[in-house]
Amino acid sequence: MKITLRVNGTDHVREVEPRLLLSDFLRHEIGLTGTHVGCEHGVCGACTILWDGEPARACLAFAVQAEGHEIRTVESLSPGPGRLDALQQAFQDSHALQCGYCTPGILMTLTAFLAENPHPDEAAVREALSGNLCRCTGYQHIVDAVLRVAAA
Amino acid sequence: MKPAAFDWHAPTLLAEALALKAGHGEAARFLAGGQSLVPAMNFRVAQPAVLIDLNRVAVLDHLGFEEDGTLAIGALCRYRRLERDAEVARRLPLLAEALAEVAHPQIRTRGTLGGNLCHADPASEMPAVMLALEARLVLRRAGGIRQVAAAEFFLGPLATALAEDEMLAEIRIPPLPPGSGTAFLEVARRRGDYAMMGVAVVLRRGPDGRCDLARIALCSAGPTPMAAPRAAAALLGQALEPAAFAAAAALAVQEIAPMGSVQASPAYQRHLAGVLLPRALARAAERAA
Ligand SMILES: Cc1cc2nc3c(=O)[nH]c(=O)nc-3n(C[C@H](O)[C@H](O)[C@H](O)COP(=O)(O)OP(=O)(O)OC[C@H]3O[C@@H](n4cnc5c(N)ncnc54)[C@H](O)[C@@H]3O)c2cc1C
Ligand code: FES
Ligand code: FES
Repeated sequence: MKITLRVNGTDHVREVEPRLLLSDFLRHEIGLTGTHVGCEHGVCGACTILWDGEPARACLAFAVQAEGHEIRTVESLSPGPGRLDALQQAFQDSHALQCGYCTPGILMTLTAFLAENPHPDEAAVREALSGNLCRCTGYQHIVDAVLRVAAA
Repeated sequence: MKPAAFDWHAPTLLAEALALKAGHGEAARFLAGGQSLVPAMNFRVAQPAVLIDLNRVAVLDHLGFEEDGTLAIGALCRYRRLERDAEVARRLPLLAEALAEVAHPQIRTRGTLGGNLCHADPASEMPAVMLALEARLVLRRAGGIRQVAAAEFFLGPLATALAEDEMLAEIRIPPLPPGSGTAFLEVARRRGDYAMMGVAVVLRRGPDGRCDLARIALCSAGPTPMAAPRAAAALLGQALEPAAFAAAAALAVQEIAPMGSVQASPAYQRHLAGVLLPRALARAAERAA
């Protein structure tokens, strides 16, 4: 069926099967490969996107369901070519990523979290990260990055 | 993995959704937040031929207190909306306290209480909370409606009283008895994981200072959410003190039937119930007027 999805402020019209996951629509239909896919059952958080501003798993929704909603992916964070937003910059400065597999999902989770809690304490940051797995960093540098942004 | 193919219907009217279910019966599943059904479909554990997507049935997305203090929660009300509602937190603190333990923020954005109850995972927090709050569930079918108590809704792991053509339309939570205190506690390996053991309690002190109302419900404690009526009865007429809490916990540990999980043996689950219950009872007693 034919759908129109609004992703990062742009409408995309595609012919899709109802069973196409939103995560696969983003990656394979419109080429936004920043949204990663780890587990496809909601556990790892790599596919986290913003659905009408709220963090959600792209692997647990069908693309057809996203019609009429605003979807934001990690590609929307950068303010311009070659530039990073404050959170991305803090990730770089704090060495908050190694392989980077988990990073897009974590950035989207934290973007929503910081919009709601601009000055969280460390416990709140750790709680916000509970739905994202990182196999590399041990989380400490990610927490540092968030606290750095929150203090700025 | 990827889900098997299905026909997708996204009705906007409740009557349409019910008619579709009546027409397709067991071949069709309702889709609410998708946070339990879509993982099962991605694994192909579930391969429904037809999905009836409820997300556009606006009439199911309501939340509000009625005149008599009953909270009516539409089947499509998301966890997120419930957890952010200040009135819910004030009037039904047990619900708010337990919601914080359910999954992660990203799951709560789309997940619904209704879908969670229909999924009927015995490790799930909300079914036990519904027992403790004596919730009633409104079940609809094309041309019919009935109400069942939460205690009659859960029949076994992933099994409910829903008939093949029925939908859970609304969850109705009566007001807490005035003066009662509540508490929810669980042990999970990580924040957001399913509980290895969880306990929900409601307590009240009577005019003579002794307990005149007690309800105890547990999750991950058997094939369904489990009530512990003998333990609750043992509290009645007692001073709300550690000795009474320990005695009640000792009874509750006998009443439950934990099945064990990858993370916890049944013996360990019983042990956890014995540790958590006195703590939760003490906390509820502190909160009771
Ligand atoms: C990573 C992760 C962690 C989680 N952790 C927890 C946790 O700690 N504790 C916990 O309790 N849960 C947890 N969950 C599950 C979560 O609570 C689910 O969202 C919830 O169980 C299902 O609600 P839903 O709206 O998403 O339902 P869906 O997935 O849409 O549906 C679930 C089932 O109910 C049926 N259904 C849905 N709505 C209706 C209706 N109105 N009438 C009849 N049938 C209906 C569907 O056909 C399906 O069989 C977790 C999920 C994930 C992915
Ligand atoms: S791929 Fe979606 S949560 Fe892992
Ligand atoms: S940086 Fe490798 S998984 Fe997080």
